[in-house]
Amino acid sequence: MSFLDKFKRLKDSLVKTKDDLFGKVNRLVNAKRKIDDEFLEELEAIFLSADIGYDTTEVIIENIKARAKSDMYDSEEELNELIYSEIKSIFAENLSEFKTYDFKTDKKPFVIMIVGVNGVGKTTSIGKLAYNFKNAGKSVLIGSADTFRAAANDQLEIWAKRAGVDIIQKPNTKDPASVAFETVKVAKEKNTDVVIIDTAGRLHNKTHLMDELKKVKRVMQKIVQDVPNEIFLVIDATTGQNGLNQAKEFSSALEGLTGIILTKLDGTAKGGIVIKINNEMKIPVRFIGVGEQIDDLQIFDNDNFVKALFEK
Amino acid sequence: MFEDISSKLETVLKKIKGQGKITERNIEESLREIRRVLFDADVNYKVVNNFLEDVKKRSLGQNVLTSITPGQLIVKIINDELIKLLGSEKIDIKFSNEIPSIIMIVGLQGSGKTTFSGKLARLIKNKGRHPVLAACDIYRPAAIEQLKILGKQIEVPVYAEDENKDALAIAKNAIDYAKKNARDTVIIDTAGRLAIDEEMMNEVQKIKTAVNPSEILFVVDSMTGQDAVNTAKTFHDKLNFDGIVLTKLDGDTRGGAALSIKAVVNVPIKFASLGEKMEALEPFYPDRMAGRILGKGDIVSFVEKAQEEIDVKEAEKLEEKLKKNKFDFNDFLSQLKQIKNMGSLSSLVSMLPGVGNALKGKDIDEKVLTRIEAVILSMTYEERENPKVLNGSRRRRIANGSGNPIQEVNRIIKQFEDMQKMMKNFNKGKMFNMMKKMNIPANFKFN
Repeated sequence: MSFLDKFKRLKDSLVKTKDDLFGKVNRLVNAKRKIDDEFLEELEAIFLSADIGYDTTEVIIENIKARAKSDMYDSEEELNELIYSEIKSIFAENLSEFKTYDFKTDKKPFVIMIVGVNGVGKTTSIGKLAYNFKNAGKSVLIGSADTFRAAANDQLEIWAKRAGVDIIQKPNTKDPASVAFETVKVAKEKNTDVVIIDTAGRLHNKTHLMDELKKVKRVMQKIVQDVPNEIFLVIDATTGQNGLNQAKEFSSALEGLTGIILTKLDGTAKGGIVIKINNEMKIPVRFIGVGEQIDDLQIFDNDNFVKALFEK
Repeated sequence: MFEDISSKLETVLKKIKGQGKITERNIEESLREIRRVLFDADVNYKVVNNFLEDVKKRSLGQNVLTSITPGQLIVKIINDELIKLLGSEKIDIKFSNEIPSIIMIVGLQGSGKTTFSGKLARLIKNKGRHPVLAACDIYRPAAIEQLKILGKQIEVPVYAEDENKDALAIAKNAIDYAKKNARDTVIIDTAGRLAIDEEMMNEVQKIKTAVNPSEILFVVDSMTGQDAVNTAKTFHDKLNFDGIVLTKLDGDTRGGAALSIKAVVNVPIKFASLGEKMEALEPFYPDRMAGRILGKGDIVSFVEKAQEEIDVKEAEKLEEKLKKNKFDFNDFLSQLKQIKNMGSLSSLVSMLPGVGNALKGKDIDEKVLTRIEAVILSMTYEERENPKVLNGSRRRRIANGSGNPIQEVNRIIKQFEDMQKMMKNFNKGKMFNMMKKMNIPANFKFN
């Protein structure tokens, strides 16, 4: 798929979001050329209903207010640009070497661990990641460490088949750490490029389940030091303010997250919670899921993202 | 489940406590805080605004008893409005007179439909029905397999057609299966779908028309944010569902989505789903839920009790005395009596926000008030009015008279003196504050 196609797909999938969030901002800006209380109030309503959260909304609005006072602006474009750059500046940069699927690294295997609460789309995202790596010419091994949910193994296996990659499963174990261990071990022996570890969905307030996750991380390090190289938290775009708790708890249990995969952006949900998370924690959004097809996982580019949102 | 909002409201309460009368201004201030609390809890933007309008209207018309602060009264009003919004009673699911009854489970991807289907099957099976689960999620890989595994766990048959890609046909066949196999209820687990996916929404609508369910349950993740209202509304417009199921309530989400959805579609919330185990399913109790939102319903009941039991004139007299710094053992005694009228200590303590949580699971010595009472009653009037005269021999007499060791008598007198000092320090002698302070220090024994 060419870049333009991708961009168009992203734009299409964001049409809803655009209508709901930035479309509204645009209309608001078009309707008014002055930053007054009424304008700010309407802006607040737009941000709040996008799940950006009360505090973060307050911060953004204060910044806009302050800048509007100090900067001279006299056109709609400038006002638009002001809001646009405020939001853009909240997103953290991706500092990882993994920026595109064909990225170069001397880490082998490059291990990616996927975590998140129940039902956010971890397994589906893994299928899509694997597919994209495979297409970029990398060898991939998936570790099926969701040993809890009924039929999780089967689901992942179907995705692995679709993506055409190998998978390690231990259907009779209830110990996810042993699956992760085995996967990294096999990947090392086979000289595999990328390992993706699926984990069971768990609510972040369940200490024993978070401890289990720590163990999954720890045992992989017995084979290859410094893995996992990436830990992605999968967040459902419909998630409300609880998303910040999720980010905090998973991050603290795993000593940091390297990125967020924001799923289900093809619905009406705006995923504004990632703006709040980024405002407080600076965890870069790395991928967005914009559909149910296997190629519907896109690398997040905050510039393109915001551009697509603002495109008229 | 709603711990966060509870603790936040407690903070709000602390801020607005101890103010004088209800005024436009302190209402505005309280409401601003509560607005933030509700947004942080994911209550929909519009719902919040309407809700607070109602609260404001009700608050301004209210008389404030001297025994409670405006803030507490506002919180009570909020609680009442929350209950009203959440629905004021629980409503069971409907079964049809014809056999089999058909229940359809619908919702977004990942909301927990399949797990809930299993839980519901287990629940109605335990109530004597004979359900069959129909696996109509033909899209998500291994969804059918998942339902089969759950069915095995709870020993309920699962009707599935692994190769069939027609959800409607499977649903119809499942009903035939039920008729032939003496199953009186069919639970149809449908695929997750986006509300804006017209094709998929049409599919589920077709299933509805064809099978004519007695109950359609809309399953929603309790962590959902502002979008909950859009989704619920679209699903409702298409399917006119009969009930809402809130899932993943064992997390730490504040669950404001529940309020939003209820407000927008006005359909009862029928179940609270609390975990991955098949038995983790509860009916939804709006009053309990609203109670949790405010910290286990505590301050509300406390205010109600205070309204019932506390003699307003007594309270005013006491306030006068406090202002003049003339609080003595007689006042202490009358306070004790009023507190005792309000119920057991542990129940009172559990109503106090914050305190309730801190003391959870600890035993409270219910006799402590009786003991203090006995000690005071063993004093002469002179001693009660002027505790300074309580020397060693008087204390021994009191100890013997009340049947307490002398150490206990000393301890109670010491606490009283501390209390007097404390009262000197606070300027606004509000009844509630005082009672609270009297209750909380070391005179409780925790075993």
